[in-house]
Amino acid sequence: MRDFVSERARAIPPSGIRRFFDIAQTMEDVISLGVGEPDFVTPWCVCEASIYSIEQGSTAYTSNKGTPQLRGAISRYLDTRFNTRYDADKEIIVTCGVSEAADIAIRAVVDPGDEVLVAEPCYVSYIPCVSLAGGIPVSVPCRAEDEFRLTADALAERITPRTKVLVANFPNNPTGGVMQEADWRAIADLLVDHDLLLISDEVYAELTYDGGHFSPATIPELFERTITLNGFSKAFAMTGWRIGYLCAPAEIAAAALKIHQYVALCAPVMGQIAAYEALRIGEAEKDAMVREYRLRRNLFVDGLNKLGLSCHVPKGAFYAFPSVESTGMTDTEFAEALLREQHVAVVPGSVLGPSGVGHLRCAYAVSRDDLKEALSRMGTFLESIK
Amino acid sequence: MDEKDRILLHLLEENCRTPVSELAVLAEVSEEDVKDRISRLEAAGAIRRYSAVVDWERAGDGKVTAVIELKVSPERDFGYDRIAERLTRFPQVRSLRLMTGIYDLQLLVAGPSMHEIARFVSEQIAPMNRIRETATHIIMKTYKENGTTFAEREEVEHLPYSF
Repeated sequence: MRDFVSERARAIPPSGIRRFFDIAQTMEDVISLGVGEPDFVTPWCVCEASIYSIEQGSTAYTSNKGTPQLRGAISRYLDTRFNTRYDADKEIIVTCGVSEAADIAIRAVVDPGDEVLVAEPCYVSYIPCVSLAGGIPVSVPCRAEDEFRLTADALAERITPRTKVLVANFPNNPTGGVMQEADWRAIADLLVDHDLLLISDEVYAELTYDGGHFSPATIPELFERTITLNGFSKAFAMTGWRIGYLCAPAEIAAAALKIHQYVALCAPVMGQIAAYEALRIGEAEKDAMVREYRLRRNLFVDGLNKLGLSCHVPKGAFYAFPSVESTGMTDTEFAEALLREQHVAVVPGSVLGPSGVGHLRCAYAVSRDDLKEALSRMGTFLESIK
Repeated sequence: MDEKDRILLHLLEENCRTPVSELAVLAEVSEEDVKDRISRLEAAGAIRRYSAVVDWERAGDGKVTAVIELKVSPERDFGYDRIAERLTRFPQVRSLRLMTGIYDLQLLVAGPSMHEIARFVSEQIAPMNRIRETATHIIMKTYKENGTTFAEREEVEHLPYSF
């Protein structure tokens, strides 16, 4: 029999975290800071609306690009919240989470051989998506000394005549780094001069703690060359509903829609109804969750620094990204030993890009009591390796 | 009151035993500042007192609690205030509110037994001047009190790792 697995599928490296997953599965009392999802349950008002819609029989396909109600609500929300204007009918596609949005955005614009810059450390799916589209991923480092922002220098060094796209995610998973207006303006000229397209994953836009989120598509010269991705998972604690969206100028959106309709047809209707409710009445609960994340950040980052695991104060998302350099261990050694000995799960930063080496991604989307317990176990662990 | 005061009040309302050092970290202010702010909030009466939310059922000392509604004839110049003031003096009255609707005052009354509550209402409350009518509702089960849910739910499972 032939080997049926495609070259492209074979070329995707296996998950760097699988081994950790297997160890954690054998333990009863793991405190997991390894999960990129809120510990909160979706606001009840949102769940209730979705349950009601199921009782009413809303169980069918929707328009490929999503229900008009949800697209309209997203369009108004983006305008009032982040000052970005997208037409509900021609420029917004509701997707199965931001994961799908990232995939179809990349496939809509990348041809084989195109170089795609990926700001790292980053969420693990961008690079495989670029490879699956036949593109050549090129990492652009975001460094601790720059508070993990993307700088013009780092970007300029890696642009070649074959470069077509930049993929960036701010507020950032895993570093918690954010890009303010001045930071984006500093790289806008480069994007224009080299005629590049920006794919901006803003799924953590609601989770900023010191100053609001700045959306690069609000810069007029970037709008026509930006695909904005966002979704409901993080802000509204709706990970399992799988609702994200892609916003782009009409021509690009039309190309992405062709891919979306063939691979996903439409996002789940229950999720779309829930997402609409989240925008309609979920704001107060979202704000309460954001306030709680900020308290957790303060508690956890203070604790890490007191333990000697130096950590910049993340201004967005819900990740702390401390350095383990002071311990003399690699991030993978540290994460594995911490899991085995103290049953605290964190993600080694090297899994998330070369600039993540020597760091740990710790999601502080767990209760403050769990964070305190995790810090105490980390303290015990650090004592044991002295 | 500013944003920091608001954060401190929320934290204390959630757990009034949170140490000052932790409050300081959470609210992003110094420990001295936390102490000053709490003193000010206490002095201003924004913090009335520090107490525990007790589930008396669980504690093995179940009390009977009842909601009692009263129709009251208001007094010229005083409205409901004087009668309400008299009612607040009974230790059995745990809370007292003036309400819209058919009845005027709503009391939460706790006692060692149903019999005791009945006696309290019929002998102490009902005969008071200006009280025209009473309705007593015995509380059968408390599901949520002051924002705290008493029933235990099963924790939803999260994966140990995700990106």
